[in-house]
Amino acid sequence: MELSVTDLAVGRGGVPVLAGLSFAVAAGEALVLRGPNGSGKTTLLRCIAGLQEPMAGMVLGAEDRVAYGAHADGLKAALSVAENLEFWAAVFGQSGIEAALGAFDLDGLRARRAGQLSAGQKRRLGLARLMVTGSPVWLLDEPTVSLDAASVALFATAVRAHLEAGGAALVATHIDLGLEARVLDVTPYRARAGAIASSDEAFL
Amino acid sequence: MRALLIRDLRLALRAGGGFGLGLAFFLIVVVLVPFSVGPQTGLLTRIAPGVLWLGALLACLLSLDRLLAVDWEDGALDVLATAPLPLEGVLAVKAAAHWITTGLPLVLAAPLFGVLLNVPAQGYGALVLSLALGTPALSMIGVFGAALTVGIKRGGLLLSLLVLPLYVPTLIFGAEAARRAAEGLDSATPLLFLAGITAGVLATMPFAAALVLRVNLR
Repeated sequence: MELSVTDLAVGRGGVPVLAGLSFAVAAGEALVLRGPNGSGKTTLLRCIAGLQEPMAGMVLGAEDRVAYGAHADGLKAALSVAENLEFWAAVFGQSGIEAALGAFDLDGLRARRAGQLSAGQKRRLGLARLMVTGSPVWLLDEPTVSLDAASVALFATAVRAHLEAGGAALVATHIDLGLEARVLDVTPYRARAGAIASSDEAFL
Repeated sequence: MRALLIRDLRLALRAGGGFGLGLAFFLIVVVLVPFSVGPQTGLLTRIAPGVLWLGALLACLLSLDRLLAVDWEDGALDVLATAPLPLEGVLAVKAAAHWITTGLPLVLAAPLFGVLLNVPAQGYGALVLSLALGTPALSMIGVFGAALTVGIKRGGLLLSLLVLPLYVPTLIFGAEAARRAAEGLDSATPLLFLAGITAGVLATMPFAAALVLRVNLR
């Protein structure tokens, strides 16, 4: 039930960015990833989500159990808030979007088209998507971009509720969310430049 | 899967979704051809099946570059790839949605447009049947091409170049079936070939498309 990463090396475009990374996130636990821009946090999250292959090492306990929240929210401008959420709930085999609408204060916006939302409201809708997936592991990449203080608090509450329900979360962020979470700084794991395994890597 | 199909159809029907684009293009081609070749009904009758098939093929091609690019740009493709749905199934559903919004209207409109091109009475059955059998293959091959070019800005030109050769067998047998029927000949053989090509494409292309898409998402 836990997510574990063993001796993981990840790269972007065939160039290694992080290497020798090992950690585990148990159920009910959150891990905050820190590191300067370009240090490989997004690449690490994409790798754990299964969107790209690790260059070395293993990821266990992630397949078909993750909800990935990236910089882009995956929203359709022409669909309403409720339609967007219902679609993602159905894709993940779940139903019921009321809890997610309530948790992110979107009740009053349910009939509004996603294209007419403000940046912060879009972000809240994108985060509400994580709740309707029912996935136990949340992978979050800068989840609080364009959120105001009240919305950050809503988000922290949602993460806490998710952890209490036995979920796990891996959050890459620069700000303090007020979560009781371990912090992992990825800077020491930066891969040495030039350690490219094969020049064909980007094409394979 | 059904939710994905419904969402794609809904998006196509909403403003800016591009539903009717293929049909409008098809109509433009069919209306302009008689003007460009002149008032010779005999000549029109002879080239009508080929023109109708070519129009349908180009109309399909027109909407391909937005097929996956929209989902890629707003991040929905990443989420779909991490969802517990097989990516092959996702892409097959995308092709089905594309066919329903592009191919199916062309099939239904073909008899009407055939009148404009003076298609003889005995040719309509095979014309509609050949389009109904052939256009699903056009959509499925199109999804493969879209998966190949998904990360590329303005990938439409590359997509067209990659996809056109794959469209050739469908075009040859589809237009041949329609032509033979219009001339009062038996069109069973090209129709069977066309059905075979479509069946093969539908069976293999979802896997090829999913494979290249996984590479492109990295």
